[in-house]
Amino acid sequence: MEILLPALLTIITAATPLLFAALGELVTEKSGVLNLGVEGMMVMGAIVGFATVHVSGSATLAILASILAGMLMAAIFALLVLKFHASQVPTGLALTIFGIGLSALIGQSMIGVAYDGIPQIAIPLLADIPLLGRLLFQQDFLVYLSIVMVVSVSWFLYRTRAGLILRAVGDSHDAAHAMGYSVIRIRLLAILFGGAMAGLGGAYLSLAYSPLWVEQMTAGRGWIALALVVFATWRPARVLLGAYLFGGITILQLHAQAFGIAVPSQVMSMLPYLATIVVLVIISSDRSRIKLNAPASLGRAFHPSR
Amino acid sequence: MRPESLLPVFVKRPLPSRAMVYLSPLLALTLTLLAGSVLFLTMSVPPLQAMYAFFIEPLSSVYGLTELAVKATPLVLIGVALALGFRAGVWNIGAEGQLIIGGLCGGAVALYFYEQEGFYILPLILLAGIIGGMLWAAIVAFLRTRFNANEILTSLMLSYVASLLINLMVHGPLKDPEGFNFPESRLFSESAMLPILFEGTRLHLGAVFALLVVAAGWLMLSRSLSGFQIKAMGSASAAAEHAGFSSNRIIWMTLLLGGGVAGLAGTIEVAGPIGQLLPTISPGYGFTAIIVAYVGRLHPLGSLLAGLLLALTYLGGETAQINLGLPVAVTGVFQGLLLFFLLACDVFIHYQLQWRRSGSSGEAA
Amino acid sequence: MFKKLAITAVLGSSLLVATAASAETKAGFVYVGPVGDHGWSYQHDQGRKAVEKALGVKTTYVENVSEGADAERVIRKLASSGNDIIFTTSFGYMNPTIKVAKRFPKVKFEHATGYKRAKNVSTYSARFYEGRAVIGTIAGKMTKSNIVGYIGSFPIPEVIRGIDAFTLAMRAVNPKAVVKVVWVNSWFDPGKEGDAAKALIDQGADIITQHTDSPAPLQVAEKRGVYAFGQASDMKAFAPKAQLTSIIDDWSHYYISRVKAVMDGSWKSTDTWGGFNAEMVKMAPISDAVPADVRKLALAKRDAIMDGSFHPFQGPIKNQKGELVVKAGEVLSDKVLSGLNWYVEGVEGTMPK
Repeated sequence: MEILLPALLTIITAATPLLFAALGELVTEKSGVLNLGVEGMMVMGAIVGFATVHVSGSATLAILASILAGMLMAAIFALLVLKFHASQVPTGLALTIFGIGLSALIGQSMIGVAYDGIPQIAIPLLADIPLLGRLLFQQDFLVYLSIVMVVSVSWFLYRTRAGLILRAVGDSHDAAHAMGYSVIRIRLLAILFGGAMAGLGGAYLSLAYSPLWVEQMTAGRGWIALALVVFATWRPARVLLGAYLFGGITILQLHAQAFGIAVPSQVMSMLPYLATIVVLVIISSDRSRIKLNAPASLGRAFHPSR
Repeated sequence: MRPESLLPVFVKRPLPSRAMVYLSPLLALTLTLLAGSVLFLTMSVPPLQAMYAFFIEPLSSVYGLTELAVKATPLVLIGVALALGFRAGVWNIGAEGQLIIGGLCGGAVALYFYEQEGFYILPLILLAGIIGGMLWAAIVAFLRTRFNANEILTSLMLSYVASLLINLMVHGPLKDPEGFNFPESRLFSESAMLPILFEGTRLHLGAVFALLVVAAGWLMLSRSLSGFQIKAMGSASAAAEHAGFSSNRIIWMTLLLGGGVAGLAGTIEVAGPIGQLLPTISPGYGFTAIIVAYVGRLHPLGSLLAGLLLALTYLGGETAQINLGLPVAVTGVFQGLLLFFLLACDVFIHYQLQWRRSGSSGEAA
Repeated sequence: MFKKLAITAVLGSSLLVATAASAETKAGFVYVGPVGDHGWSYQHDQGRKAVEKALGVKTTYVENVSEGADAERVIRKLASSGNDIIFTTSFGYMNPTIKVAKRFPKVKFEHATGYKRAKNVSTYSARFYEGRAVIGTIAGKMTKSNIVGYIGSFPIPEVIRGIDAFTLAMRAVNPKAVVKVVWVNSWFDPGKEGDAAKALIDQGADIITQHTDSPAPLQVAEKRGVYAFGQASDMKAFAPKAQLTSIIDDWSHYYISRVKAVMDGSWKSTDTWGGFNAEMVKMAPISDAVPADVRKLALAKRDAIMDGSFHPFQGPIKNQKGELVVKAGEVLSDKVLSGLNWYVEGVEGTMPK
């Protein structure tokens, strides 16, 4: 227990940026749009948040700025795929190249700048519960927010009319269009939400997880987030599961190394990826259920006129 | 009247415009030059010099042209193969891993025949690379067809595993015994290297393979039944299945093809310009090739042109750093802009701009 | 578009003027990471800037150059664009550097951390392990839990050397202390480095040291209230309380002297492996948290290394099995050190192969 508890704390922080970005991408994909630019939006969120806190000193402002940066990046993507009918896959990849470059330009003067990190919030009384209190109720604000977002996204998608429409657009844009819904507008909003969440994930990296700026500091987390959406079979609660599983195995293999386990470190580092594959295989074996969740028009261009 | 109806809207053409097929890249390039100029001005670099560095200087010598071909070879190879898969709706985004395993297998065979002579060595190396890439992709195909596991996740995750695996191998069994325990293999023997086409350059036989693959891809897509099946499945997989094509067969076929060609590309890299195994043998060619496939409009010939263009921007980025002191980050931004414009301008093939004042925006997008 | 490009290319080549060999000396640099990595490449770039400042020569750099097929092209491009001396600053550039050097016999090349030389190729590296011996001494005295956490990047000889030198120095002052090693398989991934630090602290380490680039482990140490050592540069800004000192990579003296040698024609192919004496390795100021006697001990260690009375790898040295590998009075040779691939006694875990 002495090691388990702090290890769990570490897992939570490692999983949180993945959770934000994956939830956003999930909503985007539910509307039928595949945005492979998560890494680019995330890294922009990271630098803009860090630069804002450096200039203004306000963590709140920084988080808002990160969200905005992610949304602006997403807006570029939306403009290209919705207005100019560009293919989604390469546009997302181009967005990542663009974001990594632009963030490095913006961040040139931010290298070597220190920041203490956003404060942790202990929820009164609850935080004093032995063991669990520290685990569950003494985190930074963004960790709480990530959990709230899982519930909210889940509620939105499956319990609201707007969520129903969004899913309808993702499943068959032609049918949704015929019913009079604005496919473009709904997808625009879903893409922007994805950008905002990726920006938030980036903010978590540069403001809380490791509060500093170095180029390419997202180190591929945007890609993992993308994979987690697939892993979750487009279910918000399973994104939570996936993020914590991936984060968990990443941390546990570090612990196993520190214990002195005689397995090459490269093999240990493979474990999170392999485990994700194995669990996906188990989840996916039930074909009928996956088909219900995967947005049927994912990645397909919408041509309204015909 | 809605406010957006004052803006021009895209209206679908009755038929795709033949002219725009060729004009849209020119338009995109013009826009890139304009937007790039603004970018370079903000970096206080004269735009003309920057454009010269990016697009012209790398091409201004025979050596530069051969280097362009060397850089473009893996991009074109993988781009062509991926395009076939994407047409069929098979999302293999893990070509990077297939490339790495191909390079690893080809390299292992090269090291096995260290300091041996034989005409058969090089073909064996290439074969090992192709088989290696195929096997890595076969895992994805197997998990997809047998367990319904989505290939986006499996192929991506296997890329990370592949890069750790080659790292492990060059730290361990494949490292140079006389190399002071540094993580790289011996330099391959002469017999294990791809022949150089022009003395004094690095242009190797692999570039010819790339052209052959382009030609083969073209033939396959336009002539053969498989090509028809691939196209049919991409447009509507239910319809394709109805027509009697097995979607599993297409999944296996496109993944094995993509993996095999990516594996070949990896082997070409290690037995060509690199000449040994290193912990990292590719700066993300497998991922860039996805862009190549799409910018090339999922056509083999398009992949060739797009691969050359992308390779040119990388070379140009190096020139810009050397001549103008521009950081590599600028290259990323510039590449992003170029790709945005290329992808956006293709809209004009199927759509035309119209200024309409009426509110009947039913067809507008 | 391609046709247009091709035409301009033909025109361009006909107009091409051979690079004018100017009297002015030019130096080129190739970096494996982005300059903004705040670690290895960043420190080399500081060295480049020092050259510009001290000698007023023109320098160029290319960053983020992959160690695969790209390296040779970039090095050759630098050589053909009039640079008189080219520094290739990562081990993986060794063979490309040698290949290009053959083609450009008049250009001087300097390859960092490799072992292949030629008439116009020098090698250079820094004995960072000297610094590790100093921080190992401090760690041995400062640890209360007798567990020190070490974050490794990749198990290459350079990193193993650091771990061993650190452990030997630590055990010399505190035979009960042990080192736990965690490999993150990355040179810079702040998140992962921080996670490794957390894992090590959770397993009882009260001092963290690292051979990865980012200050993230120090930030974690600061937050968790344990001590840590900086890497590559002074990282005090990131961890004012936690950083005890830092091993600083300083390439400026070497770079200035080599470029100067090219300017006055005295450049020769050499193999430089410098430490404190060559001012390639420096220590950041030792923090006030270190008691006076420990500080004195640490500085004495450094001075002893500098005047040659002490070598971080002098015997007796035992390996992990407890077998005596280096007898008292003997010193591990540079040849063995450059390919070091075993742990000394006191390092926990098995050497990754």
